[in-house]
Amino acid sequence: MRLACPHCGERDSREFSYLGDAKMAAGGEDFASVYLRENPSGAHAELWQHVLGCRAWLEVVRNVSTHEVISVKEAGK
Amino acid sequence: MRYSALEIVKQGFSGNRGWKPLWRDPAPKSAYDIIIIGGGGHGLATAYYLAKNHGVRNIAVLEKGYIGGGNVGRNTTIVRADYGQKGNSPFYSHSLKLWEGLSVELNYNVMFSPRGLLELCHSDGQIESYSRRANMILARGDDAEMLDRDAVRAYAPYLNFHAERFPIRGGLLQRRAGTARHDAVAWGYARGADALGVDIIQNCEVTGIDIEAGVVRGVQTSRGAIKAGKVGICVAGRSSQLAAMAGMRLPIESHVLQAFVTEGLKPFINTVINFGVGHFYICQSDKGGLVFGGDLDGYNSYAQRGNLGRMEHVAEAGMSMIPALGKTRMLRSWGGIMDMSMDGSPIIDKTHIEKLYFNGGWCYGGFKAIPASGSAYAQLIATGDLPAYAGAYRLNRFETGHLINEEGTGAQPGHH
Repeated sequence: MRLACPHCGERDSREFSYLGDAKMAAGGEDFASVYLRENPSGAHAELWQHVLGCRAWLEVVRNVSTHEVISVKEAGK
Repeated sequence: MRYSALEIVKQGFSGNRGWKPLWRDPAPKSAYDIIIIGGGGHGLATAYYLAKNHGVRNIAVLEKGYIGGGNVGRNTTIVRADYGQKGNSPFYSHSLKLWEGLSVELNYNVMFSPRGLLELCHSDGQIESYSRRANMILARGDDAEMLDRDAVRAYAPYLNFHAERFPIRGGLLQRRAGTARHDAVAWGYARGADALGVDIIQNCEVTGIDIEAGVVRGVQTSRGAIKAGKVGICVAGRSSQLAAMAGMRLPIESHVLQAFVTEGLKPFINTVINFGVGHFYICQSDKGGLVFGGDLDGYNSYAQRGNLGRMEHVAEAGMSMIPALGKTRMLRSWGGIMDMSMDGSPIIDKTHIEKLYFNGGWCYGGFKAIPASGSAYAQLIATGDLPAYAGAYRLNRFETGHLINEEGTGAQPGHH
């Protein structure tokens, strides 16, 4: 799997570190925000960090059943 | 048909034409007292214990594929009871005891092989932490031994003791732990449940859960609607999809865990070895193949296949601990989808829908849990209460703060 970093171009997924569901970026501290997940089997918006590149946090939309990357953008933009 | 040496002789004299399929292949009836969704190890065990321990006969197990085709046939077959947390340790202790009698209980050889489990320690801190864990295991009545470096070397001489990156300082050995044949566990429980009247319905995918006024009434399936008095979800890997049919969101993410097997070799690895520091574990199947694996790939996945990066990492870790592995050839690799819960421990509980029950979140510990999970879930569904050994696996523990977090990694399912 390769992710197209908006700053560095298309890179191997091993350069990135995974956090999880992009809704976590909202930073809610209630029970549901911290613990509950939609966990869909299709398109999933999720946070990755390009730790071995520009170190930017990215919001990736990916089909978690096929690993097709649908979109990549800088998180929070 | 009860299996015995006499039966083998009798069948031998009649040309082995009398053996019957292990279970019937019935069409679904229009209604059941209890429906278990998911014909994996846990679902079949639940149906078996519902019939055996609680006398319920009108039960269906609905399986979207075929028996033995899901995670029960895709795991690395390790059975152990080396947990430290209060909520986990009585459960896995009970499960190991059930494993020890399982072949006799089911009249079916599940090939449980208590060949031991060795957890390697590489630092003073690890020795202390594992000694503490060994004492906790001993205190609840199970077995654990702390080995020093020389004892580990005598027990598993093929490990790397020369200029190794992580020198072995000792290890925790649980001799009653081991492996079992995963297919036989599924088949044995299926046969046992079928003999007690349970309908095992394959190729029957649940597409909806019928709920009226907060009470479950039945399920919609690819083979039509089926009414039910009670419904138990038991589909680890796909739990979030099933729960969504009942309007629930779960504290679970689905991740892929890879496993690998080499060509068949002569007896080489005599035990199960956990090399935790390197994220690597290994055992040898009765066919001779070395079965090994490591950590999750690390991101949400339903793909049932893993990435090359993790495969390289596992191979490197294996080579660093057992250099002789470099001479073997890997035959196959595969990936299974894990329900990774937010604290790394499972959930067996009622739901907010009356008569709808949930069993899932087994992370990568589901196989060893099968007998205890089935008997606990059966008791919950039949009586409304969990047995004491599973009493901590409540769905609301994330809300009340009663987490069971063996790894202490927080609400990060991919890190357990």
